[in-house]
Amino acid sequence: MALKVVGTRQKRYDGLAHVTGETRFVDDVFVPGTLAVKVLRSPIVKGRVKNLDTTAAERLAGVAGVITPADVPVNGYGLIPDQPVLAESIRYKGEPIAAVAAVDEDTALEALDLIHVDIDAQEAVFDPLEAMKPDAPRVRPEGNILMFGERNFRQVVLGDIEAGFKEADHVIEGEYFHPALEHAQLEPQTSLAVPEANGKLTIYTVSQALYFHLGMLAGILHMKPDDLRCVCKWAGRTRSSWRGSIGLSDIKYVGGTVGGGFGGKNDIHADHVTAILALKTGRPVKWRWTREEELLYSTYRGAWIIKIKDGVRNDGRMVARQVESIRDAGAYTSMNSYVVDKHCFLVNGPYHVPNIYIKGYCVYTNKPPSSSMRGFGVTPATFATEVQMDKIAEAVGLSPWEVRFINAVRNGDQTATRRKLDSVYLIETMQTLAKRAGVVLPEKLQAMTSAERGA
Amino acid sequence: MPMLELRVNGRDYRVLVEPTTTLLEVLREKLLIISPKVGCNTGDCGTCSVLLEDKLVRSCITVALVAQGKEVTTVEGLAAPGELHPLQKAFHEHYGSQCGFCTPGMLLAAKALLDENPNPTEDEVKEAIAGNLCRCTGYVKIIESIRAAAAEMATAKA
Repeated sequence: MALKVVGTRQKRYDGLAHVTGETRFVDDVFVPGTLAVKVLRSPIVKGRVKNLDTTAAERLAGVAGVITPADVPVNGYGLIPDQPVLAESIRYKGEPIAAVAAVDEDTALEALDLIHVDIDAQEAVFDPLEAMKPDAPRVRPEGNILMFGERNFRQVVLGDIEAGFKEADHVIEGEYFHPALEHAQLEPQTSLAVPEANGKLTIYTVSQALYFHLGMLAGILHMKPDDLRCVCKWAGRTRSSWRGSIGLSDIKYVGGTVGGGFGGKNDIHADHVTAILALKTGRPVKWRWTREEELLYSTYRGAWIIKIKDGVRNDGRMVARQVESIRDAGAYTSMNSYVVDKHCFLVNGPYHVPNIYIKGYCVYTNKPPSSSMRGFGVTPATFATEVQMDKIAEAVGLSPWEVRFINAVRNGDQTATRRKLDSVYLIETMQTLAKRAGVVLPEKLQAMTSAERGA
Repeated sequence: MPMLELRVNGRDYRVLVEPTTTLLEVLREKLLIISPKVGCNTGDCGTCSVLLEDKLVRSCITVALVAQGKEVTTVEGLAAPGELHPLQKAFHEHYGSQCGFCTPGMLLAAKALLDENPNPTEDEVKEAIAGNLCRCTGYVKIIESIRAAAAEMATAKA
């Protein structure tokens, strides 16, 4: 079979539009009469909103609508829907409390100053290790550690870890810390929601996961999968064409043009606020985050503490790997449950270890929620495990190459999650890498292949 | 409100502006020229870069009235309609653009460089685009694209 595309140089399908400036990102869509949005963010790290008065803001000339937690049909979203669109219980500094739609940004900002809010401050906790202690201040009523079923950690077990360590000639331990990291994609979080004359709502989104967003938004607007219709309490009051309820098919989600995401646009940041404000005011509504908001309050890669204990034989073979990882989730789950899952499934690295015991904790702290970023928890795992491989090499007196070759996964090997592998080319990849890096490998390593062990 | 008269991409415009209106706001919101982007609005990222009389400026921190009686060039004005400037062609062919958000500013930074220095070294290219951030490419392909365009322009001249 002749390959038409593989092996040829293909130009980007959107490349010409990029270089001519014709690509339209969300902020480049202009709809007449669009209102600007600003959000009141909590100045307090942790507490409870005692009193919220938006009367003066609503009366300001140029303000078309103000929304508070009472306006959000279902005030929770995320993989576990624990994050409010607008909060009454404040769990991080900068958490949105109310939102204003006005003729322009300056008016919206002026309106924010007129919103009166009293917050009862409570004690906060920032360090995940502190948050895990039984007497730590509660980030959330149900506890500071996410439950994975009956355990408060994700567990991955293969073989017998104790037996593995008994077989080991060396035990090599390492503790690794990966700091938090912001995606800093160049296009800020932006959303434009446009109520159409036919009763539909069009949302221009920066989402890099359109159907994640559609599902989450459906939940927030209280659309049930069986009837796919939600009641909009402002329908018919502000706009004659609203039919009294909207369904999933009434939302037209326009996306696909993303000015950088890197995982920072998997979670809804703006579409929920614009959708609710558009429904309430009956006007097109656009919200573009400032760079300051983006850096301080958008999702980011949460910090990791990764503790590894490896059992290794004198010949360099790994016989046991025990890992305990702690993920700082910030105040809400976002995608963190999946981030911890994926970390635990893959923290063993591309190595064949018969005895594995992995524990991954997802811990809440009073910081903005962290979430996905390039690799969902695997990238920090790779940082830790690869440094660990070099430590193993040093301990047993082999070269870093040889330790990786002997332990590399091969066809027929089983992963930590009991998946039998095929189509493995790790050894061949490392041989190619060595060649390109000008490293001459010993005969023994050059002769190795990914063929099944013992075959 | 003062009247601003300026020329953008070879066309004359007259717009009423507030003294505090930025050049970026005039281009995007009044003239609907969308290639300059709002990346940071604080002059740090370079996505709003335009040429003001052949000099690279950040339009988000340039008061619009500074452009009174002057000529502004954006990516829309780099080549005649339907044609590509060698830089645009090179960015397309050498994968100098990924998400595309930094591309308009990057192209203008490159244009300002090549206008002054038609045969820049790699270090000179790096220096010229130091004020324009890209979060996708790691800059390697952008630098390759700019040098490829310089080479093509030199060949065309010879």
